[in-house]
Amino acid sequence: MLSNIGIGLLVLVLILSFLTIYYASSDLKISNQSIKKSIYKLSLFQTTFIILSFFALIIGFINSDFSLINVYENSHTAKPFFYKIAGTWGSHEGSLLLWVNILVIFSYLFLVFNHNHNKKFRLYTLIFQNILIVGFLFFLLLNSNPFNSIYPIPSEGLGLNPILQDPALAIHPPLLYIGFVGCSIYFSAAMGSLLSDYGGKLFALSIKTWVKISWCFQTLGIIVGSIWAYYELGWGGFWFWDPVENASLLPWFAITALMHSLIVLEKRNILYSWVIILCLLTFILSVMGTFLVRSGILNSVHTFANDPSRGIYILSFLSLMIFSALIIFFKNQKKEKYNFNLKSKETFILANNWFMAFFLVTVLIGMLYPIFLDVLTNIKISVGPPFFNIVIIPLVVPFMFLMAIGPKFGWIKSQNKIFYKILFLILGAIVVNLFILYFFGKYSLMSNLIFIAAIFLILYSFLDIKKIINNKNKTELPRIISHLGFGLLVFFIGINHQFSLEEDFNLKVGETKVTNNFNINFEDIKIKENKNYKAVIGNFKLTNLKNNLVQYLNPEIRIYSNPETLTYEAAIKTKITSDLYLTMSNVSRSAYYNIKFQKKPFMIWIWISALMISLGGFIQLIFRKNEN
Amino acid sequence: MLTKKVKSRILFLFFIFIFSIAIIFFIIKSLNQNILYFSTPTEIKQKENLVIGKIMRVGGMVKENSITVNEKNIQFVVTDFKNEILINYTGTVPNLFAEGKGVVVEGRISDKNFFIADRILAKHDENYMPPEIREIIKKNVK
Repeated sequence: MLSNIGIGLLVLVLILSFLTIYYASSDLKISNQSIKKSIYKLSLFQTTFIILSFFALIIGFINSDFSLINVYENSHTAKPFFYKIAGTWGSHEGSLLLWVNILVIFSYLFLVFNHNHNKKFRLYTLIFQNILIVGFLFFLLLNSNPFNSIYPIPSEGLGLNPILQDPALAIHPPLLYIGFVGCSIYFSAAMGSLLSDYGGKLFALSIKTWVKISWCFQTLGIIVGSIWAYYELGWGGFWFWDPVENASLLPWFAITALMHSLIVLEKRNILYSWVIILCLLTFILSVMGTFLVRSGILNSVHTFANDPSRGIYILSFLSLMIFSALIIFFKNQKKEKYNFNLKSKETFILANNWFMAFFLVTVLIGMLYPIFLDVLTNIKISVGPPFFNIVIIPLVVPFMFLMAIGPKFGWIKSQNKIFYKILFLILGAIVVNLFILYFFGKYSLMSNLIFIAAIFLILYSFLDIKKIINNKNKTELPRIISHLGFGLLVFFIGINHQFSLEEDFNLKVGETKVTNNFNINFEDIKIKENKNYKAVIGNFKLTNLKNNLVQYLNPEIRIYSNPETLTYEAAIKTKITSDLYLTMSNVSRSAYYNIKFQKKPFMIWIWISALMISLGGFIQLIFRKNEN
Repeated sequence: MLTKKVKSRILFLFFIFIFSIAIIFFIIKSLNQNILYFSTPTEIKQKENLVIGKIMRVGGMVKENSITVNEKNIQFVVTDFKNEILINYTGTVPNLFAEGKGVVVEGRISDKNFFIADRILAKHDENYMPPEIREIIKKNVK
């Protein structure tokens, strides 16, 4: 029943897409100012139906309607209500439906909110967006249909992977998807702009808000994923340069570069082609990343062969997308005059773009190299974190310097005399760095440079904030918050990396371990029955030998029944200055419990500063609205 | 003759070209220093010029009844059903680590039968099996 409704709705959306493409193409020939009302209506219906189909799937999950394969495979009656809903986008099929939803919703919103722009440009954008919708809908219906039914109807579902039953991971996919799929609209807009010859400043204005929206959500999505990894995966880290993490970072580099060069296009009417390339690249990388992850190619190409239909469809669709984008780009490319003065804002923004391009290429090579090597030589390798650290970290130093001083320069040609200010602040940063070095211990030359650059950026941002308070001119505030956030992020990650304590050992109940000024006493274990899992809760008494402060930490081992899985929940005591992190696991047939104890300084500040980066974007979004 | 403008443009492109080659070279070089090779116990047995002390990954199945624990270490045997290797590990085990299940460990080899692991790679899904291990099973079982 639900299966038929869902598939029916999806087919309706598909038909509406074709109709939209047809009507929009015929409307192109009519040379008046406004788009036909019928096209608006088609788009509105399309949006309504796709949202309804998503709700249909949610209802299927809430009611545990196991006649749908997707619900059967990813849900269970005993699952908490919240995770039943979150299960909707927990699987490949469900998340693809979310993907198409965002494509359609953005298509409609772009049509409605850009009413004062060129008609041809809007129509072309709509056509391309609908071509994308058609492409993904076919994939959804033919290969990964969330509404496929199963007969006979099973009485109980298989359950959602317990590790996904977590609030952070429940909101992580929608956030990331708004970020990634939101890029589709300016992919289409870039094509539309090329075909309708609607470039320059007006084009920049039309996509600006959309770029910011997707940037904010992407940033937030990556942070939430990182937070989840920190407290759920139990190793105490938050970034591991894992292929899956890298896949999310690639479009972020491209979109960050785009966001910056868009300012140049808006203010100076140059860099048009480059902006177009970045628009195309951002979405292409989003699609590539998502599907490399989803189809399992990233671990090895052999997984690819296991599900050839999924991989091959996406691969061909992606190549078609890239190919047609390139053809349209080269056919409609315009000659531009570049006139750059070294001491101008546009040069610095271009520098940002070069850095972003460098980071992007590095991560891309690190990510794809194992795949190529495996295909060509059958040698299996993986690229570890040291590669990324060695290549990327040194470049972050000049990057942060430019990030601080770049915004100080004016457009075209600047006579800004900030040399002494820079010198003064660098000296300040060196002094602060020496303080840290003196009080807390030694670290390498590279770390010194990183600290100095980060402190420089932080100090500079504080000076900017002071100036804003004096001038009451708030337009620069979002930028400063984001840049300050980045400086703080690097600074706290550096501190955290340098001064973390980590100790692994095995304990029996009742035993005590003394390590790094901490006395850890494993007092007892308790067993607690919960709705869908059984918890083994350890009780650890931690005494800080320096100040005799006693704290209790209670890590858990959770035994989920559907599917039968163990998870280890870390016990985390967060304080302003540091986190205490303790995980407990049990090794089979042994009285020993496996303990990992960590002290991680300024952990909470890493999250706060990362959130500041995306907060800057959100403030700007709200701010802009008030301006108009 | 080339005009001054064209000349400066050529020079600019030339520098960009050299610069990007240098960067790509730099990236590839550090890449080669930091790759981790994946081996099976059989491959380790067969290898003649084994580099001791280089970080690598070993994968296979955790042998039944092979896990032993004392207050510092966990020891277990990884097998690919032809050869096996003893792993010594200090640290917490991921939640899906169990006897009879697939595993990938990262660390250093000390001789052909003994491996010191720093990390057991975490998995997120009980149905997921690293493709390398799936291949081992395909090859050696049956």
